[in-house]
Amino acid sequence: MRVVRAAAVYLLVGVLVTGCTLFGGNDEQAEGPDTVTLVTHESWSVPQEVLDAFEQRSGIRLRVFPEGDAGALTNRLVLTKDNPIADVAYGVDSTFASRALSEGVFEPYTSPEADRGPQRYAIDPQHRLSAVDVGDVCVNVDTEWFAEEGLAEPETFEDLAEPRYRDLLVVENPATSSPGLAFLLATVAEYGEQGWTDYWKRLRDNGVKTVSGWTEAYTQEFSGSSGEGPRPIVVSYASSPAAEIGEDGEPRTTALLDTCYRQVEYAGVLANSGQTENAGKVVDFLLSQEFQSILAENMYVYPTREGVELPSAWAEAAPLPEDPASLPGEQVQAGREQWIKQWRGLLEG
Amino acid sequence: MDQAVARPAGGVAGVAVLALLPLGFLAVFFAWPVLAILGLGFSSGGVGTVLAEAQTWQIAGFTVAQAAVSTVVALAAGLPIAYLLARVRLPGLGAVRTLVLIPFVLPTVVVGLAFRALWPAGGVVTIVLANAFFNVAVVARTVGGLWAQLDRRGEDAARALGASPWRAFANVTLPALVPALASAAAVVFLFCATSFGVVLMLGGARYRTLETEIYLRTVNLLDLSGAAALSVLQLAAVAAALAAGAFARRRRETALRLRSARDVARRPEGSEWWVVGAAFGVLALLATPVLGLLIRSVSTPDGWSLAGYRGLSGGGEHGALNVTGWDAALNSLRTASDATMLAMLVGVLAAVVLVSLRRAPGRGARVMGETMDAALMLPLGVSAVTVGFGYLVTLDVLPGDLRTSPLLVPFAQALVIIPLVIRMVLPVLRSVDERLRQAAATLGAGPARVWREVDLPLTARSVVAAAAFGYVVALGEFGATSFLARPDAPTLPVAIATLISRPGQLNNQMAYAACALLMVVTMLVVSVIDRLRSSQAQVGEF
Repeated sequence: MRVVRAAAVYLLVGVLVTGCTLFGGNDEQAEGPDTVTLVTHESWSVPQEVLDAFEQRSGIRLRVFPEGDAGALTNRLVLTKDNPIADVAYGVDSTFASRALSEGVFEPYTSPEADRGPQRYAIDPQHRLSAVDVGDVCVNVDTEWFAEEGLAEPETFEDLAEPRYRDLLVVENPATSSPGLAFLLATVAEYGEQGWTDYWKRLRDNGVKTVSGWTEAYTQEFSGSSGEGPRPIVVSYASSPAAEIGEDGEPRTTALLDTCYRQVEYAGVLANSGQTENAGKVVDFLLSQEFQSILAENMYVYPTREGVELPSAWAEAAPLPEDPASLPGEQVQAGREQWIKQWRGLLEG
Repeated sequence: MDQAVARPAGGVAGVAVLALLPLGFLAVFFAWPVLAILGLGFSSGGVGTVLAEAQTWQIAGFTVAQAAVSTVVALAAGLPIAYLLARVRLPGLGAVRTLVLIPFVLPTVVVGLAFRALWPAGGVVTIVLANAFFNVAVVARTVGGLWAQLDRRGEDAARALGASPWRAFANVTLPALVPALASAAAVVFLFCATSFGVVLMLGGARYRTLETEIYLRTVNLLDLSGAAALSVLQLAAVAAALAAGAFARRRRETALRLRSARDVARRPEGSEWWVVGAAFGVLALLATPVLGLLIRSVSTPDGWSLAGYRGLSGGGEHGALNVTGWDAALNSLRTASDATMLAMLVGVLAAVVLVSLRRAPGRGARVMGETMDAALMLPLGVSAVTVGFGYLVTLDVLPGDLRTSPLLVPFAQALVIIPLVIRMVLPVLRSVDERLRQAAATLGAGPARVWREVDLPLTARSVVAAAAFGYVVALGEFGATSFLARPDAPTLPVAIATLISRPGQLNNQMAYAACALLMVVTMLVVSVIDRLRSSQAQVGEF
């Protein structure tokens, strides 16, 4: 007994002394008048130097925390719109933007940086959202696989339904995956609200495989990634090939630029935040040359600002799609649930 | 001397004060957020419509069925291992005790990938196997703990009187194990009924459970009324499971004759080798996905490489993580210590209150105790997303706006650990011989002194064991943590999930290397604690 008691005491003291606890170690959390809280999605990845430089320059203390994917982020903002969890939000994408706007989550803010490129992706006449990055979803193919099989790579939506590409495509479930939803929307944009179901019937009859998320599709089913799965065609991002460059500097995969769906991620000042002015400065920062130039390398998305250089490998491996499909936000908002339901009925039986 | 006489009104007031902390914690960090989010759902209407849909009931039926089958499989797979740990003396079994816990801490996303690799077709069978995989440890250690202290002589007498080994087991041993089996089954059922990642990854989208559907409706569709309807169904199912578990536990009233573990373990003989063989078969099955992970952590398209392990000192390819792998490991340890301390404080106090209520005279106290016991288990059966979204709409009222605080992670983890702590400490507290306490009281010890001198020494080791298990659960907790952890302070499982959801060879390898790191950390913690334990009587343990 005495041994146990001593052990417990030592353990407790040890934990407290070595700082093996979160209690008391949160000075940086202290909220001052110049603290701005940024809520973002789980893909947020920004070098600390960039954040430090911004804090130095602006005198603003930036707190960042993520709230799941774009959908989860949007819904959390909607739920907390009367007493927001942050002052700025970044990561609401074009698929969910209309929900955020109609719920009055954001307040108008026009950044002085906005006319240097981001304005091309503007969706709101009241300027409540500024476009920070573009992360298009495209079908990716394993070029080595097609070379070895002596089969021409597919190029279009139509090709994917061709018998020679039977049993080669893996896609994500649009109900559970955001690239999956983007691909479904791409087919709606391509074949229209009436025609897309027929196209998916053809895909189904051609042996399309569906999985619940990007991770399973890309890292496990796809043959071009490290998982070396069985299927050489996958729904992923326009930027994915930039991550699959071999030792020889040649990309192992390529994105089919005629199958892309435009996804833009926005930032905005949250209504009722009480930090409107500094929050605006954070939006400016997100649109600045400095921040925009780390987007490709760190978050695998394309900058919206003009004149920002992409990493050298991207020019060949992962150029920004020039003419991607897209649907108006209102149409997506109105149709999404119904389409997902129909899709489930078609593919899951 | 009757307790009521030894401890008059003052005792009851003392219990009430003690109960304030656990109940207050539960009310603020569980009941209030959950009720608030359900309230939002109900106020927007349409709950009835969802409940009237045939599909809702199909989903509910599938949830209960898969959880029940998974529980049965976990029990069937866990029993031989429990036997192995409890009754067999063979070299190297100490390591088995530790190793069997590994599946329990692995992040679901990694196990999901491993199972997909082994059974690419997926489907119900894979879901059940994966659920069982996670929970075999719960069965093996809970049941094994009691089994190790069951007096073996009853069984030996039955055998001497001509009973077959099977009959002796079925008629003598099994009935004595029922309380531990019921406890384990209830916990496993709750884990399986609310398992999320497994169903999502292995069920494709064809198989849906209440948990995945609540998640989709809350997070993707913001259909709070639909989610509320399903949450109510889920709560009903969980409450039914808890009631069944409590009913079975009540039968443990007969005092068990407990012996020290050393007396009951011996070398297996004859047909006992079959059971040992079965146990090792299960262990081999458990090891298959784990070995698969380890192999993935060192293999690249260009051959073997330790790049993933070296990479842990960095943040991954293209800064996939904002911190290094080691930082994530350290943060895991910190968060887990906070969660464990909190859970021990609340859980042990709750167990003390529960056992005092049980000792108190009168039906009222007893009913109150059982209600409180069930209420404290509920967090295991409620969706993490419901609690997480509930925090968003409630916690801003508290000073300091906890909604974005890093402290929320240990709080949420503690919510999961507290029920387990109670399940482990309570049985031992109950087994304390009442005559000892009465003797102390007669000799003039006040209620507090009786606790300090009698109950505490007798239960200290199981409290330590509970702390260890809580620590392990916190290390592996993913559902609530991934919801609340901040990017500059991910825990290891969250970091693993982040790494694996990025393209790039190194990120993928690092994810598997981080899994290996998580396993090592877990094994270290468990083996340190297992060493602290003794062969003294212990009933509740994992």
